[in-house]
Amino acid sequence: MSPEPTLAAPRRPLEGSRAVAETVVRCRPQVVPAYPISPQTHIVEGVGALVRGGELEHCEFVTVESEFGAMSLCIGASAAGARTYTATSSQGLLFMAEALYNASGLGLPIVMTVANRALGAPINIWNDQSDSLSQRDSGWIQLYARDNQAACDLHPIAFRLAEELSVPVMVCMDGFVLTHAVEPLGVPGQEIVDRYLPPYAPCQVLDPAAPLSIGAMVGPEAFTEVRYLAHHRIETALQRFPELARRYAKLVGRPAEDLARGYRLEDARTVVVAMGSVLGTLEDVVDEARGRGLAVGAVELTCFRPFPAAKLRELLVDAEHVVVLERALSVGSGGILTAELAAAGVGTHARITTVIAGLGGRPVTAKALRKLIADATARRLPPLDFLDLDHDLLRRVHTRENGR
Amino acid sequence: MSATKVKFYQVGSFAVGNRLLPSSARSNQSDAHRADSIVSGHRACQGCGELLGARYVLDTAMRAAEGKLVVVNATGCLEVTTTPFPQSAWRVPWLHSLFGNAPAVASGVAAALRAQGRTDVRVLGQAGDGGTVDIGLGCLSGMFERGDDVLFVCYDNEAYMNTGVQRSGATPPAARTATTPVAPGHPGNEFGHGKDVPAIAMAHRIPYVATASVADLRDLEAKVERAMGLHGPRYLHVLVPCPLGWGAPGSQTVRLARLATESGLFPLIEATDGELAASTPIRRRVPVEEYLRAQGRYAHLFGEPGRPDIVARIQRIADRNIRVYGLEPAS
Amino acid sequence: MYRIRVHGRGGQGVVTAAELIAWAAIYDGRHALAFPSFGSERTGAPVEAYCSIGDAPIRSREPVEAPDAVLVLDATLLNRPRIFTGLRPGGLALVDGTAPPAVAGVPQLRTVPASRISLARTGRAMANVPMLGAFAAASGIVSLEAVHTAIEKRFPGPVSQANRDAVDEAYRYLAEAARETGEAAAPTAITAAREVHHVA
Repeated sequence: MSPEPTLAAPRRPLEGSRAVAETVVRCRPQVVPAYPISPQTHIVEGVGALVRGGELEHCEFVTVESEFGAMSLCIGASAAGARTYTATSSQGLLFMAEALYNASGLGLPIVMTVANRALGAPINIWNDQSDSLSQRDSGWIQLYARDNQAACDLHPIAFRLAEELSVPVMVCMDGFVLTHAVEPLGVPGQEIVDRYLPPYAPCQVLDPAAPLSIGAMVGPEAFTEVRYLAHHRIETALQRFPELARRYAKLVGRPAEDLARGYRLEDARTVVVAMGSVLGTLEDVVDEARGRGLAVGAVELTCFRPFPAAKLRELLVDAEHVVVLERALSVGSGGILTAELAAAGVGTHARITTVIAGLGGRPVTAKALRKLIADATARRLPPLDFLDLDHDLLRRVHTRENGR
Repeated sequence: MSATKVKFYQVGSFAVGNRLLPSSARSNQSDAHRADSIVSGHRACQGCGELLGARYVLDTAMRAAEGKLVVVNATGCLEVTTTPFPQSAWRVPWLHSLFGNAPAVASGVAAALRAQGRTDVRVLGQAGDGGTVDIGLGCLSGMFERGDDVLFVCYDNEAYMNTGVQRSGATPPAARTATTPVAPGHPGNEFGHGKDVPAIAMAHRIPYVATASVADLRDLEAKVERAMGLHGPRYLHVLVPCPLGWGAPGSQTVRLARLATESGLFPLIEATDGELAASTPIRRRVPVEEYLRAQGRYAHLFGEPGRPDIVARIQRIADRNIRVYGLEPAS
Repeated sequence: MYRIRVHGRGGQGVVTAAELIAWAAIYDGRHALAFPSFGSERTGAPVEAYCSIGDAPIRSREPVEAPDAVLVLDATLLNRPRIFTGLRPGGLALVDGTAPPAVAGVPQLRTVPASRISLARTGRAMANVPMLGAFAAASGIVSLEAVHTAIEKRFPGPVSQANRDAVDEAYRYLAEAARETGEAAAPTAITAAREVHHVA
């Protein structure tokens, strides 16, 4: 019997992007198209350096002419049976929007890292989650990393999940805040990843020995059924993601990722729900609030698509006030995550309010979160609030526009 | 002994050609063992130049690749008419992704095959003029400059036909389309617009660029064969008349393609590594008017009073092509 | 938790300095997190980077507003208002230079001739590497050995020794300067670790 592989690879100081790049290379991608955009660039550069440096054989690292080109190369490569990966952010993600829907519609298990960044105009290179959330209907599984270790660990799980379901997966990590942070990170060893992730075995592939036509035109008589089946297929991730995450966790000796997790929810009356790196600061503030006797907790949402309605209902069943901390804004409506939580039936006994925070890279500070929790517990929060809004600036704009 | 006069009707080089030629000189299509990459049952119009061209191109490519070919197709007439779910006319591995990305998708297929060590499998990308000249040009240029091993074929019917005959970057001057309608002061498509994609391909200095037409199918096959004998990015631009879009009966498709070449408006050339290598001399030169009169999309140039000035301007384009590409008819 | 803020201009290795402090803390067996204030690449523009060090995993990712130490790699930035904002009373303040400039409200500001040391040792006037040695001496938060390890990993090859020598020289300079003024280069306490709860 072969010996157990080494558990949890020792942590070493690594930039988030670099750790993700090393983890992706361990997953043995065969085709990696690369196009630069801040703040994802260090990721593809990292993969490129590792491939060109001989760390990974049989991998074609291809510099392409645009993000649309990048996703298109992924589509061709994946359909021809290769494990395929790329990374992008913000404007780049939107430039490939058409191709995102195409990839999921064709059932191609592409994995892509999105280093979350705001969408212009106005142009802004800093972190928020508008980019990936704008593509929430594209048919991709969307996973949001709470920190850099999660960002690493989500990638092998993403490849496994994608290839099992024939659904593409987006791993989202906050741009700059996570990508450019240096901290102790454990990249899984090659042996562990090989044990977890078998070679890609496509369920349909372009092969002269067995020709088939992929990408036919489907008319009104069958289109609805195709979409219905896609919806049900992606929903199987609600069971498979936690199972595959647990299996991975056992191999690396770290706590398992899950669709969503609670933090200090016992008897919590006010619960703040969030996705991504803000959770770290939020948990510090929750601890402080608990120390002062406030019944506050947090919920970390990792899997946004498919939306884990049942899991969230379960976690938030006893909450009286659910505050949704959103790092994006649906202009003309309000919170995106809020709307999905409400539709899921969360908060039938609770008040749900939205706090928009961190747009365009504005830091979400512990100080602001302390105030948020104080306002929430005192029932001072309006249905839609903006964290750290600069009222002086708004007043000056108003004065100027009204000519007074 | 009495003699019977038999009229050979000139229906193209092939009617008498195949039976009287040695087998080595016969067209690939005449071979009973041809691949039949596209089979009957597709929904293309009667007389569709694109389906005719595609059949010849693909069967030749399949023979050259010994049956190991993967095809990537852009959105357009060729794609729509051949894959109405749940049917497909394709007997080769075939992928349709989007309108503007066929060259990039083909690059991706080629990369996957390289990564898998399957160097014996060849890749062919194909699109109409819209998908090549306009929306696909960025991806095409990327495929060229990276040196990807893809043969890209543009079937040029000189407009966005599948969506109802709208002007593209390949639409010739003065042609009427739905977005270059004829109105006072606007006699169809503008002069001086449009892109010469074979020239753009040559500027990328790729191994092989050629133009061909469905009027000379043997020449088309030979060029595909030559292209498949090379590796790296190769580009083939094929003129394929569209009966509906050009305003002519389906029976005229091959004739129109021949007139386009013999007027000088569509030169047949080959280029290697960015330099002109060969051009086909015009056998029987015709004035452009003979070509233009045969198509409804130029009807506004004729009649009372007509636009002889525009016809003359188009004639000058033809004259220039003949001079630049050395197409002088053999004396 | 011990928090450091590094100031300088683009191209002076501000981000690298914060990262190397983090690396050293990690090699010392502690938790650390370093990240820059972000922006497009631009030489000469003012840049900040942060490093937090603790004995428990560091969860918060906000920029350091209340540093325990401020390191300034470019003395021309000293007249800018933000440089010492939030510095803890009695917190560490180091600036590259020779003559100690007076900055209101920061009586503890000390100078280290970091770029001069760097120029002499490596031929390049990069203050960031020697500043690590000075920081190690003044704060006691990271060990000199760990700084050496970080330098070896980050700058392998022939420059490695020269950089380590520069670190050592700056370390000695600050230790001696402290002895001369009679103050001890006392390490600063790190706040106690917190427990982390996760509820399934």
